[in-house]
Amino acid sequence: MEPLNALVSVSNFMLIPALAYGSQLALGALGITLIFSILRFAHFAHGDTMALGTAAVIGGTWFLQARGISIDPLPTALLAIPFGILVLAAYLLAADRLVYRYYRKVKAKPMIFVMASLGVMFVTNGITRLFMGVGETRFEDGGRFLFTVREFRDWTGLTEGMALRSAQAVTIVTALVVMVVLFWFLNRTRAGKSMRAYSDNEDLALLSGINPERVVRITWVITAILLVLAGTLYGLDKGFRPFNYFQLLLPMFAAAILGGLGSPIGAIVGAYVVAFAEMGITFAWRRVFSYLAPEGMEPSAMMQLLPVDYKFAVTFAILVIVLLFRPTGIFKGKVL
Amino acid sequence: MSLTARDLGLFAGMLVVLAMVAMFQSPQLAVTILNMSLISAIMALGVNMQWGYAGLFNVGIMGFTAVGGLAVVLIAQPPVPEAWAAGGLGILLGLMLGVATILAAVAVYKRMAPSKLRGLAIFAVLVVGWLITSQVFAPAKQAVQAVNPASEGYLGGAGLPVILAWPVGAVFAAGVAWLVGKVSLGLRSDYLAIATLGISEIVIAVLKHERWLARGVNNVTGIERPVARPIELQPLPWVQSLAESLGWSVSQTASVLSGLGYAALFTLVLGLLIWLAERALNSPWGRMMRAIRDNEISARAMGKDVTRRHLMIFVLGSAVCGLAGAMMVSMDGQLTPGSYEPLRFTFLIWVMVIVGGSGNNWGSVLGAFVIWFLWVQVEPAGRWFMDLITSGMADSSALRRHLLDSAAYMRLLTMGVALLLMLRFAPRGLIPER
Repeated sequence: MEPLNALVSVSNFMLIPALAYGSQLALGALGITLIFSILRFAHFAHGDTMALGTAAVIGGTWFLQARGISIDPLPTALLAIPFGILVLAAYLLAADRLVYRYYRKVKAKPMIFVMASLGVMFVTNGITRLFMGVGETRFEDGGRFLFTVREFRDWTGLTEGMALRSAQAVTIVTALVVMVVLFWFLNRTRAGKSMRAYSDNEDLALLSGINPERVVRITWVITAILLVLAGTLYGLDKGFRPFNYFQLLLPMFAAAILGGLGSPIGAIVGAYVVAFAEMGITFAWRRVFSYLAPEGMEPSAMMQLLPVDYKFAVTFAILVIVLLFRPTGIFKGKVL
Repeated sequence: MSLTARDLGLFAGMLVVLAMVAMFQSPQLAVTILNMSLISAIMALGVNMQWGYAGLFNVGIMGFTAVGGLAVVLIAQPPVPEAWAAGGLGILLGLMLGVATILAAVAVYKRMAPSKLRGLAIFAVLVVGWLITSQVFAPAKQAVQAVNPASEGYLGGAGLPVILAWPVGAVFAAGVAWLVGKVSLGLRSDYLAIATLGISEIVIAVLKHERWLARGVNNVTGIERPVARPIELQPLPWVQSLAESLGWSVSQTASVLSGLGYAALFTLVLGLLIWLAERALNSPWGRMMRAIRDNEISARAMGKDVTRRHLMIFVLGSAVCGLAGAMMVSMDGQLTPGSYEPLRFTFLIWVMVIVGGSGNNWGSVLGAFVIWFLWVQVEPAGRWFMDLITSGMADSSALRRHLLDSAAYMRLLTMGVALLLMLRFAPRGLIPER
């Protein structure tokens, strides 16, 4: 029985990666939920827009690296984030002006918006691939680890090691800061309040002099910020591949629906639930249990509930359970 | 709903374009485009039933076509007796145990009063059921996959004629669609979209991962074909004399003839489906579906069971997609789970439906032809365009090389722009609903 070793093992291979992944999902799911509550449609271009923003950050990173600018031990990409946000905000505002605004004006059905976002998805996808290709791009630099497995073992004298990659630490910290700032913005500032009012009741908001176009613009800019952060952090953690970003669409939507579409706090909780469920169910628990089990009763099987290839199945199962038992999500979101 | 002169003109124009491809590029290419257009037209028809008749948004077309493709392997491939002997029973038993576990959990949910105890009981049933199932299933799976893994390693199919796989593919897709629809219909319309997106990813994951089923990423190749293969046609004397009179090589003639054989079969299926779909659309049932689509609330007030009707049309449309998937696999003679991508198999079909004209069956067919033609031809056109705009640069220029390499992605861009422009300026499509 070595509970400490078990704890370290589970933290190293499951808890920390899941926390980082959950933070990345949370930032993405917040964007989905914001667009849903202000513009009232499911934004299918989310994953690909995230990829485009990340591509801009990678471009900026290469530019900075070529000049020899860095902020070692942190990854250079963090410096390029403002540039990425600028590019993506401009792109999303242009997309809104050219595509979505017309449908708002004619008061099109939500499904038409979704269809339009499919078109935007195709275009964004094409642009990202024109610049980046389809292969994997790694752009992490600086000190890769806050502490390594060996350092941890030397400090603690345990048999199990634990490493904390700087990308993971940066992810968790950034996500926390962003969430706090976002909630402060939504609850305390005038612009944030006007957003909440608009989401709550469009007509009343119009009557009280809120400019809907301004609210929409703010929403897109916030979405751009969230997406660039989420995309860059995900890319630092796992590498940039456009198709993976497209596939993030499913867990992000699952998180937003689980938490309750339209509820920001729900999106965050949902994202962590999805991340921990995905990791926990596809994790091989054998090592952890071999520390916990009494002498001579160590498990021989992998103790893995599902192979990693089925992580979508986990997300999907969560989605199905929510749809069956509580379609409004954990924190009652808007359900028509 | 007959076609107007304008619609016939559009179709004729499409045929002229294909004929030009045959003349200026190559006849094989024209036949390949024709066949894939016909298959895409059937997929688009299925999606049009869901979207055009009922307003259901299905983004899991890829999954339904892949399930249809699986049916071809399970029906047409010869069985592998050694694999069945090694673990066939174990796999069947494991699958049954899995289903039994889920049924038991459902039974517990229905029988017990809502309480914490019920939650615990369901959890316990699932965990115990899963443990028993995996004890039976995992060794059987290993045993099957160990049988001659280089060429088999799976249970094989039923060894029946391949044509039979087409309706079976439709039934498979219908089954999956029923499960998805049962869960997500009757809720917000976006939920169906997310659920179908999820199920299509899962279907592909299962096909890639479960090697005992259809060899996973190792692909099943050499599936029996419904039409004679070019290599079988080549030695025939009439083929050789035809090649001589056309002035083509024998292999070219044979592959064109084989392709035309498929085209005839596919046209037959497409014609039958369109006839049925048009009949349905103009029947009281079709009017009811459109009434539901246009105003759900009033249809409900008239006493229509909207959710049930939606489920019905969703299952029907998905079955058509499954049929198309089965046809595609039997044309290629192979199932390659790695080649299924959502952009190509889901979203491209959507572009076809929107561009063609949602709600109009003929529109979907035309849309499929136009968009598939663009999809095939934009790549060389993009390369030519990139070549043109970079012609001022040196051959060794990195930017020029990068742009030339990326020309392939121009198709995504073109498709997106086509979709957006149609949606904005001609939302009713090339052949509008009437």
